[in-house]
Amino acid sequence: MALSALFLLIFLLQHFAINITSVFRADTFNELSHFMGTNPIVQYVFQPILIFGVIFHFTMGFILEVRNKQSRDIRYVKYNGNANASWFSRNMIWSGLAILAFLGLHFVDFWVPEINTKFIEGNWEGTMAGIEGLRYHTELVHKFENPVRVAAYCIAFVFLAMHLLHGFTSSFQSLGANNKYTRGALRKFAVAYSILIPAGFIIIALYHHFNIH
Amino acid sequence: MKLTLKVWRQKSASDKGRMESYTLDNVSGHMSFLEMMDVLNEQLISERKEPVAFDHDCREGICGMCSMHINGEPHGPDRGVTTCQLHMRKFNDGDTIYIEPFRAKGFPVIKDLVVDRSAFDRIQHAGGFISVNTSGNTQDANAIPVPKHDADKAFDAATCIGCGACVAACKNASAMLFVSAKVSQFALLPQGKVEAKRRVLNMVEQMDKEGFGNCTNTGACEVECPKGISLENIARMNREYLKASLSSE
Repeated sequence: MALSALFLLIFLLQHFAINITSVFRADTFNELSHFMGTNPIVQYVFQPILIFGVIFHFTMGFILEVRNKQSRDIRYVKYNGNANASWFSRNMIWSGLAILAFLGLHFVDFWVPEINTKFIEGNWEGTMAGIEGLRYHTELVHKFENPVRVAAYCIAFVFLAMHLLHGFTSSFQSLGANNKYTRGALRKFAVAYSILIPAGFIIIALYHHFNIH
Repeated sequence: MKLTLKVWRQKSASDKGRMESYTLDNVSGHMSFLEMMDVLNEQLISERKEPVAFDHDCREGICGMCSMHINGEPHGPDRGVTTCQLHMRKFNDGDTIYIEPFRAKGFPVIKDLVVDRSAFDRIQHAGGFISVNTSGNTQDANAIPVPKHDADKAFDAATCIGCGACVAACKNASAMLFVSAKVSQFALLPQGKVEAKRRVLNMVEQMDKEGFGNCTNTGACEVECPKGISLENIARMNREYLKASLSSE
């Protein structure tokens, strides 16, 4: 669980680093997207590892939740969870489910069409009829035209921030990499990462939405 | 002050149990929570009713016997205290107080507020010990140099009284804080190195057998622990466990 979490944290940073270029320079975003979409190591090594990592993470999350629920067969009549633990830490399953629902939307939006273009239609050129040069930036901007989709993305990233606010430090604690020397600095870095990265994704979605209109 | 008490009553382990309501007058703020429970029991006895069964022993916060879940928190709303050290001045006149036993699959209720915490004993038996040569050539423990930092950490971990508040507070009913304190107090000292690998593997295995949940690092255990056992111990136990799992015997 913790290892897959750390892997996904690194993936998220890489994903953000590429996506943010779409705000500043369309050509850079197109080139990076084309590289990621056509490089055989990325496609045939990293992509399956990523898919496995995502499936492993949420499957283990569900198993953990079910097993932990069974550990207290009779519930308390009065339970004051807020007195000793944050809402985020106690509700990882709900923020995780919201992120999983978003992943479904994200796959339908980007991953499925991409797989269809490359593996079904056999177009590995990164081109599209009616578009000069590479197609990735145009497709991205087009997706963020719909305000409902933009709103769904923004809400999903708020849930992601909640998930990360606990999950980041929790993964280090589970691996034993947490002591009095690292605890403070790790917490600060985790809070910064958990807020800045999802906020950055929200800014990208909003930027493209309002830039069109 | 006048209080309304909602107390868990359960005749035996097989009984279903239910909350019962009692009204108590003239409760002094200077009373400890257990003294207040004594007054309740005297009232129940005078009314020819069954008194409430609850665990207690030293009444000075060192034995770890008292085990009540008060208003949604183990040992009540105060921090760094056991139920016997909780004073009624923490409550207000007219308050309703919910009193329940510690809830966990590993802590079955015996009667009313009394739970069976022998699971902790079995975890201790699985590895919470060191082997000492008692042939007559035993080395004086004080002659073995131990870094001050390590000694302090080991003693901090050893202050765990095994009350089970960590389990009661955890949303997963996990016993990780207790087990990690017992692992840490030996793992940090040279005397504990001999059985280090077997200790952590066996104690964690026994913890899982007893039906306690998995740690999701909410930190509720650390907040509610009357002895302030740190989450650092859980990280240390995780390190010990990984190390023991990856190395050969």
